[in-house]
Amino acid sequence: MAETGFLPKEKIDGFLEALSKDALVYMPVLEGDVIIFRPFKPGNTLCLDRPANSPPKSVIYPQSDVLFSYNYKKETDDPKKVSIEIETHMDYPKAIIFGCRPCDAMGFTVYDRVFIESNGPDTYYQGRRDETIIITLSCPAPSAGCFCTALGSGPANKEGSDVLMTGLENGFLFEPVSEKGKAILAMPGIEGGSQHLQEAQKKQQDAYNAVKKPFPSISHTEISRKRFDLDEFWHKAVSKCVSCGACTFLCPTCYCFNFTDEQTLESGERIRSWDACMFYHFTLEASGHNPRATRFLRYRNRVGHKFLFYPEKYNGVIACCGCGRCIRYCPVSVDISEIVSQLRSPE
Amino acid sequence: MEQSFNPYLPELATVIKIIDETPNIKSYRVVFDDPEKMKTFSFEPGQVGQLYVFGVGEATFVINSPPTRMEYLQFSVMKAGEITNAIHDLHEGDQIGVRAPLGNSFPYDDMKGKKILFIGGGIGLAPLRTLILFMLDNRKDYDDITIIYGSRTPLDLCYKDELREWESRSDVNLILTVDNEYPGWHKRTGFVPTVLNEVAPSPDNTVAITCGPPIMIKFVLQNLAKLNFKDDHVITTLEARMKCGIGICGRCNIGSKYICKDGPIFSLVQLKESGAEI
Ligand SMILES: Cc1cc2nc3c(=O)[nH]c(=O)nc-3n(C[C@H](O)[C@H](O)[C@H](O)COP(=O)(O)OP(=O)(O)OC[C@H]3O[C@@H](n4cnc5c(N)ncnc54)[C@H](O)[C@@H]3O)c2cc1C
Ligand code: SF4
Ligand code: SF4
Ligand code: FES
Repeated sequence: MAETGFLPKEKIDGFLEALSKDALVYMPVLEGDVIIFRPFKPGNTLCLDRPANSPPKSVIYPQSDVLFSYNYKKETDDPKKVSIEIETHMDYPKAIIFGCRPCDAMGFTVYDRVFIESNGPDTYYQGRRDETIIITLSCPAPSAGCFCTALGSGPANKEGSDVLMTGLENGFLFEPVSEKGKAILAMPGIEGGSQHLQEAQKKQQDAYNAVKKPFPSISHTEISRKRFDLDEFWHKAVSKCVSCGACTFLCPTCYCFNFTDEQTLESGERIRSWDACMFYHFTLEASGHNPRATRFLRYRNRVGHKFLFYPEKYNGVIACCGCGRCIRYCPVSVDISEIVSQLRSPE
Repeated sequence: MEQSFNPYLPELATVIKIIDETPNIKSYRVVFDDPEKMKTFSFEPGQVGQLYVFGVGEATFVINSPPTRMEYLQFSVMKAGEITNAIHDLHEGDQIGVRAPLGNSFPYDDMKGKKILFIGGGIGLAPLRTLILFMLDNRKDYDDITIIYGSRTPLDLCYKDELREWESRSDVNLILTVDNEYPGWHKRTGFVPTVLNEVAPSPDNTVAITCGPPIMIKFVLQNLAKLNFKDDHVITTLEARMKCGIGICGRCNIGSKYICKDGPIFSLVQLKESGAEI
């Protein structure tokens, strides 16, 4: 996919409007002092200054999703008999995620292995995934806490994106990554981009060099299993954690969920919502036994899942993209990159 | 959009019979409402299902009827909380949702030609029942069958009709125990692990399969080791809070293993490898 495109800066509004003609376009918008993905519409102003506070994971994996609804029905020939009818609604609209960061796009590849390749396909996830195009903006500069390059990724990583954009002086260079992405290059307003490629590559390299590396690029086998198994290590490392779960909800690679059921008189719904392994109730069993009853056991599981267990299942791939959100937004400043670097230094 | 298989959608089923097993355990025989589904449904002994009470929620239970008897699926449910209470409120003829089969199964092929020792406690007989009935339906494939089963009081023993039947069979050795003396009880008393020690079955060519409360399992495993049972000849089942049942929701892992997918049945070798606390 050598062909590239170029979108002049002043044409971006028109471009977004054209995109939104036959798809729901989600883009980062400034609300108060947080950046959040919102649908493109008049009055919503695009904000690409820094990575959004929360990743766009909900576009494909909604925070709360009705899996099915059901109705009680009286049988016509026997009014005493009531039967249940189940209904699903899975006609997903075409969607475009515009202006997420490479770490966000890569997060979806972490989900793909779980929701599609190995346990699924999860009809709901796959349905939305198939209908979504991801147009990523390569990071011009790292934010506090970013450590993507230590995980083999980087501010211009293309994994999980359909198009990678790089912001230049007068516009954006578009590099298609997938067939879906190629189609985007045919949109009105996009010009040929080859003359801008060099400038973009220089920007990408500069950004790469600017990312802080709390540890050299890591593979999961470098985690000290001995230290990982040591209770005292975790007691100390996460003594401040208050089990709020913010780190998991803001993480583009966390995907644990729960089901809840809501019923009115004659109908109801089964809903799937994000949940978090940082919560006490998550693993509480009916007997009262809880295999992860303490904060440190839960945090250990979170780190273990990302840096040991997931890689064990998926050819060494680490389930953290180094976006740094859990570090930036943890109320008590627990720093996963610091913990991982302690886990990999020799005993 | 063309719909492919949806792993979260329960299959509608009807409760055709409810059996009172003990004061807090009832067995439910259910039949899928779709006759085609009932005909084509298959599962392996030891696999579990999620029973869904509409509007309340889902909980996990082993399918404790064997695949050799497919007129219905049986689940035995002990009252433990919200969903199990709602299940106990069901009546014959009520509809429920079933997601099954989930999880792995007993390695019954590897057990062929071997002596089988079942050790169960309380509702823990449910998964064992599947395999016992399956083996009795394929009796010639297996050597001696011994069952050690205990509960708190005689009232808490499950499947009383079957216990009577097994007791009367010459090709099954059934040993029953209750925790303490009880009026009218003339069989053994004492905890299951202790009775296991007293019976002292030989480990030669024998596979031991155990299920019961965690504390019972813990001591049974210790005592089996003392009796020189090898880790690869000891099989147990694990519990966890389960929601999705298909390895995604993140609740039931021990390291990289998911009880809902890689389990609930594990050999002691596998358990030790996974670092699970028992
Ligand atoms: C593989 C597998 C097979 C199983 N097979 C069987 C079987 O064959 N038969 C059987 O009877 N059971 C079986 N179980 C166990 C069964 O799944 C549980 O007993 C059942 O899920 C309990 O559900 P519940 O909703 O009734 O309990 P819940 O209402 O979820 O739990 C109630 C208990 O949870 C705790 N709890 C919940 N919420 C709170 C709160 N807010 N605050 C404090 N404590 C709280 C309390 O301890 C309470 O007593 C199996 C489990 C597994 C994993
Ligand atoms: S955000 Fe911080 S305090 Fe909250 S659960 Fe995560 S590590 Fe703990
Ligand atoms: S664990 Fe933290 S740094 Fe890693 S992907 Fe999740 S939020 Fe980002
Ligand atoms: S029950 Fe969801 S992962 Fe096992």
